[in-house]
Amino acid sequence: MVINQIGNFRDVLKIGQDRSGGSDNRPPNLERSEGYAVEITGLNAWYGEHLAIRDISLAVSRKGVTAVIGPSGCGKSTFVRCLNRMHELVGGRVEGRILFEGQDIYARGVDAVELRSRIGMVFQKPNPFPKSIFENVAFGLRINGYSRGEIADIVERSLRRAALWEEVKDRLNKNALALSGGQQQRLCIARALAVEPELILMDEPCSALDPMATLAIEDLIRSLAEEYTIVIVTHNMQQAARVSDETVFLTMGEDRAGFMVEHGPTEQIFTNPADKRTEDYITGRFG
Amino acid sequence: MQVRSGFDRELRKLQDEVLLLGSMVENSIRRALDALNRRDLDAASRVVQEDDAIDRKRFEIEERCINLMATQQPIAGDLRVLVTMLHISVELERMGDYAEGMAKISLMMGDDPPLKPLIDIPLMADKATDMLRRGLDALIQRDTAAAFKVCDDDDEVDSLYDQVYRDLLAYMIDDPKTIQRATYLLWVAHDLERIADRATNVAERVIFLVTGKMSEINVSKY
Repeated sequence: MVINQIGNFRDVLKIGQDRSGGSDNRPPNLERSEGYAVEITGLNAWYGEHLAIRDISLAVSRKGVTAVIGPSGCGKSTFVRCLNRMHELVGGRVEGRILFEGQDIYARGVDAVELRSRIGMVFQKPNPFPKSIFENVAFGLRINGYSRGEIADIVERSLRRAALWEEVKDRLNKNALALSGGQQQRLCIARALAVEPELILMDEPCSALDPMATLAIEDLIRSLAEEYTIVIVTHNMQQAARVSDETVFLTMGEDRAGFMVEHGPTEQIFTNPADKRTEDYITGRFG
Repeated sequence: MQVRSGFDRELRKLQDEVLLLGSMVENSIRRALDALNRRDLDAASRVVQEDDAIDRKRFEIEERCINLMATQQPIAGDLRVLVTMLHISVELERMGDYAEGMAKISLMMGDDPPLKPLIDIPLMADKATDMLRRGLDALIQRDTAAAFKVCDDDDEVDSLYDQVYRDLLAYMIDDPKTIQRATYLLWVAHDLERIADRATNVAERVIFLVTGKMSEINVSKY
């Protein structure tokens, strides 16, 4: 029959479909090409008798930002302080294994002071030394015996990397305490960068800053992520979403010990987390 | 600890508005077809006029979504709810436009009787509105199995459309004087086929809402 030879309406008129195509939505691969800077296995940490974090195992990807989020008291700060052995400075005890660039940082014979020189740390409240802007950045370099010329170069480079140079280049000898809070925090970041750390830990670096200074620091963190491995603790979930490549969610059990619920690419954690507890926390239904 | 109960209330209200829009559209499709069947030009005119209310409702929903996004910073499941409601309201509004299109065809036909008794076209309308209703039920229940079923059913509407097309083509080949009247009915069938396709889009959005996965479940023939 003629009609059968003609085929259907679409074949005759060649009408295009107006439906939009879907995406393949493959899960992003956590194992990035740069490999891991830190590999943590079975980490437990105590304050006296109190177990603060329980059995955390995860790998921190090299270069890029890993955010640690979770409710107050879940052990976020304790967790990052284990990474540079600062936890033991406040009388804490640690069990488990942490490999930093393949080396067990809690192995016998490891010099904790030397280790900390390779790991920069930026704290919640900016803590510049009561010295000049220049001296704040130069401090670690002098200890390490750099020459005067080298020091001047590195101070400038570090201040530029910390996006502070243009604001302070004409007043390097002024007291750092005269800077604004946001500038002081960027100065602390410059100070950390000066000694060429392999890892930078940030513990709530913006919580004492106003929104504009916060956005400036976040912008800086993103630009540093191209060269450095950064682990940032934040209670601000939008901040974690904005600055990080991967997110770790910690919460605490009934015994008040913190533990890890989920670790994944930030986009996944903030659009479709695998665990209901993560969803409840980030959407503000819990905590 | 129950927090964000105000936001939860807003999300429920938003869904209620989308469901209301869905029932307005379903009603419009039914009345457009009924007007065609009964050759009731007044009823067809009313369907055309009332499409404005559907358009307004869609904009209200869009505005509500944008306000919630701006003020509540939704993420994860909340963000998927808002994005889903935005998409579904657009799909529904387009279905309303197809209903309006059918009503306009009624008006164009004027007092002419339909070329042939309407048999498959009402079946297409029943099937398409059923898919729409079940798509919205799946939304209420967050039921992916029901949503997949809606997508599967699009094939039945496509088959009916093929059938209508062949019948009308036979008329046109037999007697070219019927071309205009046959084309009117073909447009109606095409509108219904598009409505069913949009219903599968609604169902796909339900699957996205629940699973976070975006995909085209049943690629329509048309």
